[in-house]
Amino acid sequence: MKILVPVKRVVDYNIKVLVKSDGTGVETAGLKMSMNPFDEIAVEEAVRLREKGAATEVIAVSIGVQQAQDTLRTAMAMGADRSILVLSEESPEPLAVAKVLKALVEREKPDLVFLGKQAIDDDMNATGQMLAGLLGWGQGTFASKVELADGRTEVTREVDGGTETVSLALPAIVTADLRLNEPRYASLPNIMKAKKKPMETLQAADLGVDMARRLTTLSVAEPPARKAGEKVGSVAELVEKLRNEAKVI
Amino acid sequence: MTVLVLIETEDGQVRQASRSAIAAAGKLGEVHALVTGTEASAQAAADAAAKVPGVAKVRKVASDVLAHDLAEPLADVVVALADDYNHIVAASTASGKNVLPRVAALLDVQPIPDVVEIKAADTFVRPIYAGNALATVKSSDTKKVLTIRPTNFDPAAAEGGSAAIEAVVPNVTDTVSRFVSSETPQSDRPELESARVIVSGGRGLGSCENFHKILDPLADKLGAALGASRVAVDSGFAPNDCQVGQTGKVVAPELYIAVGISGAIQHLAGMKDSKVIVAINKDPDAPILQVADYALVGDLFEIVPELTNAI
Ligand SMILES: Cc1cc2nc3c(=O)[nH]c(=O)nc-3n(C[C@H](O)[C@H](O)[C@H](O)COP(=O)(O)OP(=O)(O)OC[C@H]3O[C@@H](n4cnc5c(N)ncnc54)[C@H](O)[C@@H]3O)c2cc1C
Ligand SMILES: Nc1ncnc2c1ncn2[C@@H]1O[C@H](COP(=O)(O)O)[C@@H](O)[C@H]1O
Repeated sequence: MKILVPVKRVVDYNIKVLVKSDGTGVETAGLKMSMNPFDEIAVEEAVRLREKGAATEVIAVSIGVQQAQDTLRTAMAMGADRSILVLSEESPEPLAVAKVLKALVEREKPDLVFLGKQAIDDDMNATGQMLAGLLGWGQGTFASKVELADGRTEVTREVDGGTETVSLALPAIVTADLRLNEPRYASLPNIMKAKKKPMETLQAADLGVDMARRLTTLSVAEPPARKAGEKVGSVAELVEKLRNEAKVI
Repeated sequence: MTVLVLIETEDGQVRQASRSAIAAAGKLGEVHALVTGTEASAQAAADAAAKVPGVAKVRKVASDVLAHDLAEPLADVVVALADDYNHIVAASTASGKNVLPRVAALLDVQPIPDVVEIKAADTFVRPIYAGNALATVKSSDTKKVLTIRPTNFDPAAAEGGSAAIEAVVPNVTDTVSRFVSSETPQSDRPELESARVIVSGGRGLGSCENFHKILDPLADKLGAALGASRVAVDSGFAPNDCQVGQTGKVVAPELYIAVGISGAIQHLAGMKDSKVIVAINKDPDAPILQVADYALVGDLFEIVPELTNAI
């Protein structure tokens, strides 16, 4: 069984980005870039399935600029067997990403595609669901537990009000939520080993995918700032303020 | 222009989030509400949706396959109706986020998630980077598929309207997915998304036992919902659906009391639009204090019980 894991290179989650002064976007130059945290979880889950013998091969794929090869190397240091870089502009839209992934699925024929639930830069939370739609496959989104049995996968999903479990025929799409697992750190020997693992580079055009954006960003602005608050000295003062100033209790 | 809104119901009522979606859709055109489910649940949902002011027509699709809002059959139903609509809208709930991108892909459209403001029929504002920036985007797709953030649109009322209900013959049969079970712990507390007051706890509470010993009495007194940081949920202090933040729930109550929560950007993304924020934290430099209207620096184990008594 093969597993495909799409991984995105994003601004590290610890960094608070700043809006460019001309309002055209956010400033990303010079910032630390990392693998999208949800994608680390997806890689971890796929690698564990291979280590358990449930899967035979884990292939990491990234769609983006040349530097996304660092993200793929990280995935391979975590245990992915090989990787594919599809060159495009930085941060293509989920529709285009899903179309590229569909083309790769048709070529690689995986039984599972494990994505993150959401990229923390565009916060779209869309690509997995879109790929599932394009392929006509079942989707187990926001997964906190994944089990394989009898040609199906049982996925426990985090939903409003609790959790829900669905059973999907394979091949299927799963998107990882935060509590699926705790991703490992790549060890130094594994980082060295990853340098020798195969990485293929393609152009989006090689796959016949139209990457044209459907959304034009007209402007990017800072959210309205909250006015500075105050420190209160005691519980009594807090209660007085909440009652008489804010009038919320 | 006509807009199709996907409706979620709960206990025979249209969920507040869906009523916010109806209100948002009203800015775009005539609103048709889509209700789905088994014959009985779809009929109950249709009756509830017909009463929401602003709904011009209810379209009811009933089939046992639609009993559990599974994305695969639900998306097929929406796509079959899509020709009649310029916009397809849902609230950005777990279900809306699950279904609408699939619909969009089937229609060859780039979806627009988490809309916080509608500027024009093709232009929308949405947060990116955990809400640290607001992007105004213009869609070139002929159909627009969007989810709206309920906290940014005042919900339509639950009663007052009387729309006609039209039954639509479902186009779904068996699918690649099956519902197995759901776990939805019942609670007497208000829902996070619609609560007027939220008491939210973080790692500072230290244990599940403390979380409830310290926070429950305060929440009881205020009639508040309980929220939590990711760490609190990961550590088992609170169930997963209590998580507030970039990847949990986005809330905007009148009063949000953050107890033992540091205020990581991912947490702030989910609560910084609250009307009044109170932070209780022993660290005078905790980032949560920068968004708090009122901050009380000190030990939560002393402050919270004292606060509970004083209210
Ligand atoms: C991809 C990704 C997504 C994430 N999504 C979310 C999300 O949706 N929501 C979310 O919340 N987090 C999210 N996080 C996690 C986030 O980065 C933080 O780790 C988390 O919010 C911290 O939780 P905390 O404030 O409870 O814990 P900490 O940061 O450890 O803070 C604990 C606070 O408690 C205070 N404290 C301790 N003891 C006491 C005491 N006795 N009295 C008073 N104060 C005390 C401390 O001073 C400290 O400020 C995400 C992270 C990633 C990588
Ligand atoms: N450019 C990309 N390259 C590889 N994977 C991606 C890319 N964009 C999105 N993904 C995958 O899709 C998931 C959801 O992303 P999004 O829909 O953009 O929030 C991510 O967690 C990744 O697994």
